[in-house]
Amino acid sequence: MKNNFLQKFYYGDIPEEKGASGQYTTSHDTTQWPLWEVFIRSKNGLDHKHAGSLHAADAQMAIENARDVYTRRMEGVSIWVVESKYITASNPEEAGELYEPAMDKIYRHPTFYELPDEVNHM
Amino acid sequence: MPVQHLEQIFQQKIDNETKIEAKDWMPDAYRKTNLRQISQHAHSEVVGMLPEGNWISRAPSLKRKAILLAKIQDEAGHGLYLYSAAETLGQSRDEMINDLHSGKAKYSSIFNYPTLSWADIGAIGWLVDGAAIMNQVMLTRTSYGPYARAMVRICKEESFHQRQGFEILLVLSRGSAEQKSMCQDAINRWWWPSLMMFGPRDSESTNSDMSMKWKIKRKSNDELRQNFVDMIAEQIKVLGMKLPDDHLQWNESRNHYDFGNINWDEFWNVVKGNGPCNKQRLDARRKAHEEGRWVREAAIAYAEKKNSKLKREEAA
Repeated sequence: MKNNFLQKFYYGDIPEEKGASGQYTTSHDTTQWPLWEVFIRSKNGLDHKHAGSLHAADAQMAIENARDVYTRRMEGVSIWVVESKYITASNPEEAGELYEPAMDKIYRHPTFYELPDEVNHM
Repeated sequence: MPVQHLEQIFQQKIDNETKIEAKDWMPDAYRKTNLRQISQHAHSEVVGMLPEGNWISRAPSLKRKAILLAKIQDEAGHGLYLYSAAETLGQSRDEMINDLHSGKAKYSSIFNYPTLSWADIGAIGWLVDGAAIMNQVMLTRTSYGPYARAMVRICKEESFHQRQGFEILLVLSRGSAEQKSMCQDAINRWWWPSLMMFGPRDSESTNSDMSMKWKIKRKSNDELRQNFVDMIAEQIKVLGMKLPDDHLQWNESRNHYDFGNINWDEFWNVVKGNGPCNKQRLDARRKAHEEGRWVREAAIAYAEKKNSKLKREEAA
């Protein structure tokens, strides 16, 4: 149903049914290079931060590709790569239960404590 | 949870400017629209390398050649960022590339025009990348998180592209009579196709507009196109060249430039596959893909061999 609304074509959004570029079929590659997540440390003293992902046959190639793609303008001094399949992510649907216990413990925040103005450096 | 309820929560997030992330629930049409748009965007970056690649070996100096190579390398990177963003929506890159090569998936029609002179490389950087930037700056605020992040990275790199393009034309515009006419000729040929890049007029559709409601897009085609015309109409004065439009005129009451009619027959014709270079572009992509197959397979075979050797050593 909803698809009926999406008939307005924006820049970079070209209707698929309007195409006729000839017949071409190719066999898929038998194996795809696995997907890797890339983490970059932008300078010493900072954490590695997720930069994006890429495909590579092995870890060494993943590092080399990450250098080519994510550090062309001196964005990094250190790269981590990890195969995406090894990352376990929390489920956003369980976010309520997962983070709820932190909500009612406001005494964990320094602003919970009211101190006289004379107290400095605290 | 009933779907209506999920849709409500989803729309609430969008209204509150909370980004949608890959694992969040989203309506099927939202996923599909993003997937189509992001993959088309990725294909455009990749096919966009072809018209420029035409001039690598013929760039007028080593400096220009190095710059052009760096720019084209950026485009490949942009394609990769975008394929990665699209992959988070559940389609493999292999499938997307296959859809491009079979003609099922589209890319921006602008890349179906030929690059006939060196000045075209300047015009592409200034006009084509300039038009793309208008759209991409808007898309840094798109509601799908991975797409928005890819756009931020791309926009950072893209401004070099536009500046180098303008500089190419600037040098030509200050050169010999022949260089000046080359410059004007490239502008004449790229101007109208650049305006077509923004897509059909807003009035072409009366349908309620989910792309706006979902904040995938935040500006309409006509708005973006007008912003582009206003920008270029001023910049061209610096070049001392002319845009090929007799109707181009500052309109005091609108506070915008008026401009002439776009040839929409040409636009749809190129979209349908009948542009000057559609066949050539797809053939080049397919050829590269087929001829690279052995490299992809060899790399996998090498990785497997290394892995099994490692495992044997660990076992021993």
